[in-house]
Amino acid sequence: MSPEPRPARRAPLGRHDTPRRVTVTSPRTAAARRPRYPATREIDEQTHLGEVYMRSLLRTQFRLAMFVCTVLACVVCGLPLLFLAIPELREWDLLGVPLPWAVLAGLIYPAFVLGAWLYVRQAERNERHFADLVERP
Amino acid sequence: MTLTAIVIVVVAAVLIGAFGIRFSSTSDFYVASRTVSPLWNASAIGGEYLSAASFLGVAGLILSFGADMLWLPVGWTGGYLVLLVLVSAPLRRSGAYTLPDFAEARLESMPVRRTASVLVVLIGWLYLMPQFQSAGLVLRTVTGAPVWAGGLLVAVVVAVNVLSGGMRSITFVQAFQYWLKLTALAVPVVFLLMAWHADGAPAVSAADAATWQVPLAGGKEYGLYSTYSLILATFLGTMGLPHVLVRFYTNPDGRAARRTTLVVLSLLGAFYLLPALYGWLGRMYAPDLVRTDAVVLTLPGRMIGGTLGDVLTALVTAGAFAAFLSTSSGLTVSVAGVIAQDLLKGGVSSFRAATLMAVAVPLALALWARALPVADVVGLAFAVAASSFCPLLVLGIWWRRLSTTGALAGLFVGGGLACSAVLATIIAGPYDGPAGALLAQPAAWTVPVAFAVMVSVSFLTPDRVPAGVARTMVRLHTPENLDLDRGDWRSRSSDGS
Repeated sequence: MSPEPRPARRAPLGRHDTPRRVTVTSPRTAAARRPRYPATREIDEQTHLGEVYMRSLLRTQFRLAMFVCTVLACVVCGLPLLFLAIPELREWDLLGVPLPWAVLAGLIYPAFVLGAWLYVRQAERNERHFADLVERP
Repeated sequence: MTLTAIVIVVVAAVLIGAFGIRFSSTSDFYVASRTVSPLWNASAIGGEYLSAASFLGVAGLILSFGADMLWLPVGWTGGYLVLLVLVSAPLRRSGAYTLPDFAEARLESMPVRRTASVLVVLIGWLYLMPQFQSAGLVLRTVTGAPVWAGGLLVAVVVAVNVLSGGMRSITFVQAFQYWLKLTALAVPVVFLLMAWHADGAPAVSAADAATWQVPLAGGKEYGLYSTYSLILATFLGTMGLPHVLVRFYTNPDGRAARRTTLVVLSLLGAFYLLPALYGWLGRMYAPDLVRTDAVVLTLPGRMIGGTLGDVLTALVTAGAFAAFLSTSSGLTVSVAGVIAQDLLKGGVSSFRAATLMAVAVPLALALWARALPVADVVGLAFAVAASSFCPLLVLGIWWRRLSTTGALAGLFVGGGLACSAVLATIIAGPYDGPAGALLAQPAAWTVPVAFAVMVSVSFLTPDRVPAGVARTMVRLHTPENLDLDRGDWRSRSSDGS
């Protein structure tokens, strides 16, 4: 939208000192609500707006994926460091099982499943939002 | 009795293969795939994924090296979490049936496709070799047969099966394999724990409690580096395994692919609770084993004995053979498909020749190469996958500016470095000192190098970014229920042969 056309359109007005008065017979609602270009078509035709829609979807999903990966990396890479930094942790018992074994051979698996379940829920929610956005009539 | 168990498993596999002929055309596979629920699909992935390394190798390595090896099953499970969040849904939506398919769909380049094909074949061979070696070990442990016999048996059964077109096409069979393997480890462990309890519930020796049971306590040299490298290889390598990827195609859509991966995580988590128990019991009751991969097979006889011990040994042996057959079949089909399609002319006769190549090369390697612990060799296959296909998939799915040249350079450098390290370790290793650790666990340096090369070469060659990348991104990321133009690329693997 470049600003040049506007003065051109206003030019005729300048020639008459007062615009001719007209009777308003109906509000121009029909003209104002020009049929919207559906967002799916913007995406199909690869317009700038379509690109914006796609980038927003990719960014949302990528941020979610990176969040899960960061948490996973902190847990997984943090555990060896934790065991190294605080040697007493290695000696602790959890219900008679040494702590490293209880974590690595047991508790970490349900934690994975929980993380995956939360991710799937959020990723599907993101896709629903995207679908609502581009299919809005 | 154990011999009977092996015969039953082998005969069942052959019979299923023979009956499978009727259902074997590719289109049937696809039609069937549309009605497969996430649980069945996930069981099938689990059945194909849990190989000899999981069934036998993990317990053996835990017996030898203790707590540091607990990371191996953790990584093999956690890899599916990384796969879930980074690749599962986009990969299904891409419509790619194999990794070379994905490379072609995303980068619109035949050289990238061919490079990916060569890497699939190398990873497949590297993964098949220890399966055959373990089969030899198992058959020798339970019957005293020479060590080449078991590998040859599995190789022949797999080749016959794949050539007759059975086994693979039936999701149900692979799904059944998962539950068979779970039962074959879970039932004996209940009796073993009862025997351990009746024995007065002893603890590991005082020396073991101070070192073996403790992570990073000097079981291996350069423990911290090895641990991190192992974590990186397993977490990032899972997504690059050829026989796993193909199963994602049998999901109806991207959403189902995610849900399937979630179920896979649960099934693998349940399975991997067991090998640690075997390793820990083995440390007390079978510390003298030379080839520790046999600990799972040895424990029932040592701790229980009698008829019950024989029955349980037969059960774990059957499970082990199921593991060899299902993983080897899945791998052989994937490798043979890629050889036939991308490296030979394609068509039925090529597929036959390719099947023989897919089986014969790793069999020869298995007989000739030194017997490294099975889980170690499989770990090397993961390292190669993590250094080549992981960057290709992750950057291909999430980064528009990946260029053809960048992808090619990354595959060559990452895959090449990892393969060289692996070959050096298998043929002449293990080496001492820091160089030995770097070669035995290469992922910690080859994965970052592969990513760096792929990204930097892509930045240097912006004119080689594929023209249709915007359309491809629409196909990879938008939910299928939206009415969008997704381009007209179709996998060549799905309409041929």
